[in-house]
Amino acid sequence: MNGDTAFHHGDAPAGAPIVEMKDIEKHFGNIIALAGVSFDVHPGECHCLLGDNGAGKSTFIKTMSGVHRPTRGEILFEGRPMSFNSPRDAMEAGIATVFQDLAMIPLMSVTRNFFMGREPTVGRGPFKRMDVDRMNAVTMERMREMGIALRAPDQAVGTLSGGERQTVAIARAVHFGAKVLILDEPTSALGVRQTSNVLATIDKVRKQGIGVVFISHNVRHALAVGDRFTVLNRGRTLGTAKRGEITPEALQDMMAGGQEMAQLEGSLGGTV
Amino acid sequence: MATDTTTHPAADERLKTESFGARLMKRPELGAIAGVILVTVFFVLTADPAMFTLSGIVNFMTPAAQLGILAIGAALLMVGGEFDLSIGSMVAFAGLFFGAATVAVGLPLLLAIPLTFLFAAAVGAVNGTIVIRSGLPSFIVTLAFLFILRGLSLVGLKAVTGGSTQLRGVRDATEGDPLAPFFSGDAFGPVFAWAADRGVIETFGNGTPKVPGLPVEIVWFVALAAVATWLLLRTPAGNWIFAAGGDTLAATNSGVPVRRVKIALFMLTACCAALVAIITVMDAGSTDARRGFQKEFEAIIAAVIGGCLLTGGYGSAVGAFFGAIIFGMVVIGLGYTSFDQDWFQVFLGGMLLIAVLFNNAIRKRVTGER
Repeated sequence: MNGDTAFHHGDAPAGAPIVEMKDIEKHFGNIIALAGVSFDVHPGECHCLLGDNGAGKSTFIKTMSGVHRPTRGEILFEGRPMSFNSPRDAMEAGIATVFQDLAMIPLMSVTRNFFMGREPTVGRGPFKRMDVDRMNAVTMERMREMGIALRAPDQAVGTLSGGERQTVAIARAVHFGAKVLILDEPTSALGVRQTSNVLATIDKVRKQGIGVVFISHNVRHALAVGDRFTVLNRGRTLGTAKRGEITPEALQDMMAGGQEMAQLEGSLGGTV
Repeated sequence: MATDTTTHPAADERLKTESFGARLMKRPELGAIAGVILVTVFFVLTADPAMFTLSGIVNFMTPAAQLGILAIGAALLMVGGEFDLSIGSMVAFAGLFFGAATVAVGLPLLLAIPLTFLFAAAVGAVNGTIVIRSGLPSFIVTLAFLFILRGLSLVGLKAVTGGSTQLRGVRDATEGDPLAPFFSGDAFGPVFAWAADRGVIETFGNGTPKVPGLPVEIVWFVALAAVATWLLLRTPAGNWIFAAGGDTLAATNSGVPVRRVKIALFMLTACCAALVAIITVMDAGSTDARRGFQKEFEAIIAAVIGGCLLTGGYGSAVGAFFGAIIFGMVVIGLGYTSFDQDWFQVFLGGMLLIAVLFNNAIRKRVTGER
């Protein structure tokens, strides 16, 4: 795979970014986790954030999704400066994060998971109840849009594959009006086929005009779906490249910080 | 739940269509219903036929209902991921409060009953708050309250009565109170009398029905089971209970008010204990320190037989309903057979073990062995 796949869709759209993070620094005591990171995402683009373990990816997305407050730097959301006090604030503004643990409960049905914490109701007073029919219909419809045919909406999430669970989490975020979708290593634990399903889902989400932030340490997955690529190393951005302007090898080298990787690859005989 | 038959654009060829039986297997209450059938068959074969006459059924449904009210509360709490080992002691403690309010203070039921519920809810809230704030297992916190509340009941009874561990005179204090018929005696008396006149139900020689009405605890039991089932399956609060018990972190991240849900469940369980206390104290006319002794274990057993997982996030109120009925049938039913009554404990332990093994297998099915 050298970046020329079905998911290709050209350059980042022009216009204003939805979220712009400027020179973000984050210190934990005497540890500098982020030392000036700039990043933005436009509607309808997939911006990949690449970096090796310990590069600061997790800290960065937690800052973006309201878990951490930046020590220094500015977050602009739709052009206005924003300061999120909690993930809930960020969620309400339209920044949805799908973390690796997915916030899904295996013993509960897909529908119950889909609407967890945001159940639509009918009736009033003591007779207020969940609108079960609508919940089931919406869940089936949203999952079908993402290309997954559920057996039944009351199927337990535990019976779904890892890729399908990712898709439920993504479909849920999209349904509840996400403008920016942050995906934290969505493909890291998946098989080949499930990975392509999730990448296809990302493509569908992007086509709906949602900005996708795709965090990964897998260059091939990123190149398969990304429009722009930002590499993070030791708490700093090493630069942003557009699709087609950079080779997988170059990206890989940037992520790993250069030479050692080239030597390793030499001894292994190919791109890792 | 609306099952879906039309929207299968591309059915997965590796999925076998589920038979009705397989779908049924996934209901949490299935084990308890199977248990009721099994126990019924056992007693039909071995017990005196009098057990399954109307008076026999009322006979075993009464203890089943008293336990069941506790078991439904315990089941909701277990689905929510917590335990309450203090409910048995709570029955005694709430009984003491109720007894003291009616006999020693002389409050009318209109005040005494709401105050007893408020008091129980407050104790439940203390329980819940300690569990949530400390992050300790509810098992250990409520075990402490099992002893604290039992001890307080003893000390309190002695203080109120001046040295006795039994407080009498509740019947005299509550007789004629307009609220009394809702919490003691029998309901639907006229219906039973009417049925007796028509010869539909058994009567004594003088024409009065052998069963004068439905004991109120059975009415409360059925109503509570219905409300709890509706709450769990059809309301957002029910979804939050499942979520809180299934995975606290995931639920919190999704915006479920986990702390509030869990504390409310502790309060509900304590109120169930208070309801049992009010009904049994009014029925007996007195309260004592051993009231509700070991009921916490029986209630949890009924909830587990009813399909609740010990790990939380799965279970049903209907299951606890049937679990309690199994319990009542076994306790009372053995008296109708030639077996020694004391087999009851063996039977109970055996049922618990089978239920846990069964539930474990069911959970693996539901989660697809992951």
